[in-house]
Amino acid sequence: MKKQAKVKEQQPRSLAQIAKEEGPHSGEVWELRLYIAGQTPRSVAAFANLKKICEEHLQGRYNIEVVDLVKHPQLAAGDQILAIPTLVRKLPQPLRKIVGDLRDTERALVGLQLRPASSE
Amino acid sequence: MKAGTIKASGKKGAAYPSLPKAPTGIQGLDEITGGGFPRGRPTLICGSAGAGKTLLAMEFLVCGAIEYDEPGIFMAFEETASELAQNVRSLGFDLEELARRKKLLVDYVRIERSEIDETGDYDLEGLFIRLGSAIDSIGAKRVVLDTIENLFAGLQNQGILRAELRRLFRWLKDKGVSAVITAERGEGALTRHGLEEYVSDCVILLDHRVVDQVSTRRLRIVKYRGTAHGTNEYPFLIDEGGFSVLPVTSLGLQHVVSEERISSGIPRLDTMLGGAGFYRGTTILVSGTAGTGKTSLAAHFVDAACHRGERCLYFSFEESPGQLIRNMRSIGLNLEQWTKKNLLQFHSSRATLYGLEMHLAIIHKIVHEFEPKVVVLDPVGSLIQAGNSRDAHTMLIRLIDFLKQQGITAFLTNLTSGGKALERTDVEISSIVDTWLFTRDIELGGERNRALYVLKSRGMAHSNQLREFLLTPNGVDLLDVYVGPEGVLTGSSRMSQEAREKAEALARQQETELRERERQRKREALEARIEALRKEFEIEEEKAARLEVLEVTREKTINENRQAMARSRRADAGNGVKASRKVSRG
Repeated sequence: MKKQAKVKEQQPRSLAQIAKEEGPHSGEVWELRLYIAGQTPRSVAAFANLKKICEEHLQGRYNIEVVDLVKHPQLAAGDQILAIPTLVRKLPQPLRKIVGDLRDTERALVGLQLRPASSE
Repeated sequence: MKAGTIKASGKKGAAYPSLPKAPTGIQGLDEITGGGFPRGRPTLICGSAGAGKTLLAMEFLVCGAIEYDEPGIFMAFEETASELAQNVRSLGFDLEELARRKKLLVDYVRIERSEIDETGDYDLEGLFIRLGSAIDSIGAKRVVLDTIENLFAGLQNQGILRAELRRLFRWLKDKGVSAVITAERGEGALTRHGLEEYVSDCVILLDHRVVDQVSTRRLRIVKYRGTAHGTNEYPFLIDEGGFSVLPVTSLGLQHVVSEERISSGIPRLDTMLGGAGFYRGTTILVSGTAGTGKTSLAAHFVDAACHRGERCLYFSFEESPGQLIRNMRSIGLNLEQWTKKNLLQFHSSRATLYGLEMHLAIIHKIVHEFEPKVVVLDPVGSLIQAGNSRDAHTMLIRLIDFLKQQGITAFLTNLTSGGKALERTDVEISSIVDTWLFTRDIELGGERNRALYVLKSRGMAHSNQLREFLLTPNGVDLLDVYVGPEGVLTGSSRMSQEAREKAEALARQQETELRERERQRKREALEARIEALRKEFEIEEEKAARLEVLEVTREKTINENRQAMARSRRADAGNGVKASRKVSRG
């Protein structure tokens, strides 16, 4: 069901599996899904910002899936997507949602729980 | 009622082609909106919690899906699809079945503030896409967003949200769907987040007021662009049949008047009412103090109507049906037979059970369902308990107008409390009734008796007489009261007075007979005297006659003697005939 949009490159799924099997010391593999609606500047910016954050903080253990709702509108209901763009952190639990183009890196990190909110 | 309003709106429609409408299918609401919500435009329904917003929106969709073949999307921001399905199942709506037939889809949108963070710009394209794909999937013509304001709780950036909502309503218009947006009532504003700013075509306000512990639901059309609409607050009702609005305040006075007369069930009372009883379709009020037989009069009227084969509705605010049937059996009325034949229906409820509007609504509904010819409200005064006197008055006027419009004869009873002026009703309806019967008790000679008179009866020559009103095991009986030098007498006083009169009459009769006998005797005595006198006279006459005879005899004798003497003396012939003849011969 999950079709990947061709915004930019993405990590192959098999890598995530490998990362998971490598053990807890390397941390879990992050499953991220970015919902966009068409190739708007905001979507492109959101993907670029996300990519940057992941490369900085989750190198080698993340997986970004891009869902374009214009092409697959029926997927909006699954993750209760209203706002575009929305980043959904599927793994690790609990599920988190970050709406917006992620240009505020600090807030994005807090939202992804890569940085505790108290450190702000 | 219905016919009148439809006709009126039809006239308007002919003169000015009004806005295309999407019928709601809700009884009454289509009448006051002139056909429904604006087609292809958004309508805002606002109201406080529990006012019935979701239900109204749901009925709009279900009705569109079933009756007008307009599939609908229900986008729920508060309840899940299964919760909604459960909530409306009691109203007979099967959302799952409608979903299978692709007539109605419920889309539950969950917004969890705690799991959402915001960073940077965004828009609500996801919602648009989601709604758009749902609309396209079943070709929806109607959309409900219930309650879209929940977005304000889920998303922080109000600026974006407002801009997006404005875009959403524009988008809905462009899509050509008739949308209903529900919103919570705000402090000092129609909605908490000022949605009325964006939805400006039609705004409907639902209100749920509790006054004196009695709740009343009301609906008002705040605005409706391009449509003449009722501006009043209309009571509405949510019951097992769903949502119904009562546009009763729009009633006029154009009801059809009947010349037909119907019996009151009491022959003597019919006589008092111009000899023929009440006019059909009029309003009859029986007022009186406690225990004067108002309910019995009503029961007689109902019984007579059932005998004619007419359906009757009896609304009792004080007695249960069983109690009424039992009590009326004691005056020889078998009402149970009519309930069994479904000619008579009792509806008993305490006046305080609902608000006045609810009572009115329920009466409306039952009248529409049962289509009676006669409606009894017993007693109307107790309705004051459900509201205040003024509200009860307005409600009754509306009710009476409604019944008149339907050509239904209304029979109201009203208890007059002792302390107040008798010829006055607590609910001040005396001026709008057509026939007013008044029952009262007359306290005299150590007992109370019932009396009845016709205070007014429009359009007929009615009796001005006070009648004693008896409740016998064979029903109500009306008797002439005794009116004499001692005033109006009833009951035992009347009987004792009658006995006294009888005695007096007897005495008078005996006296007359006595006098008659005396006269007879006098006449006899006089006649006897007359007889005696006559006898005396006869004797006199006899005597006189005898004397005359004697005189004649004497005369004769003298003559004979003289002739004899002359003969003997050969006297001159001149003295006798024979002598003269002899002289001429000689």
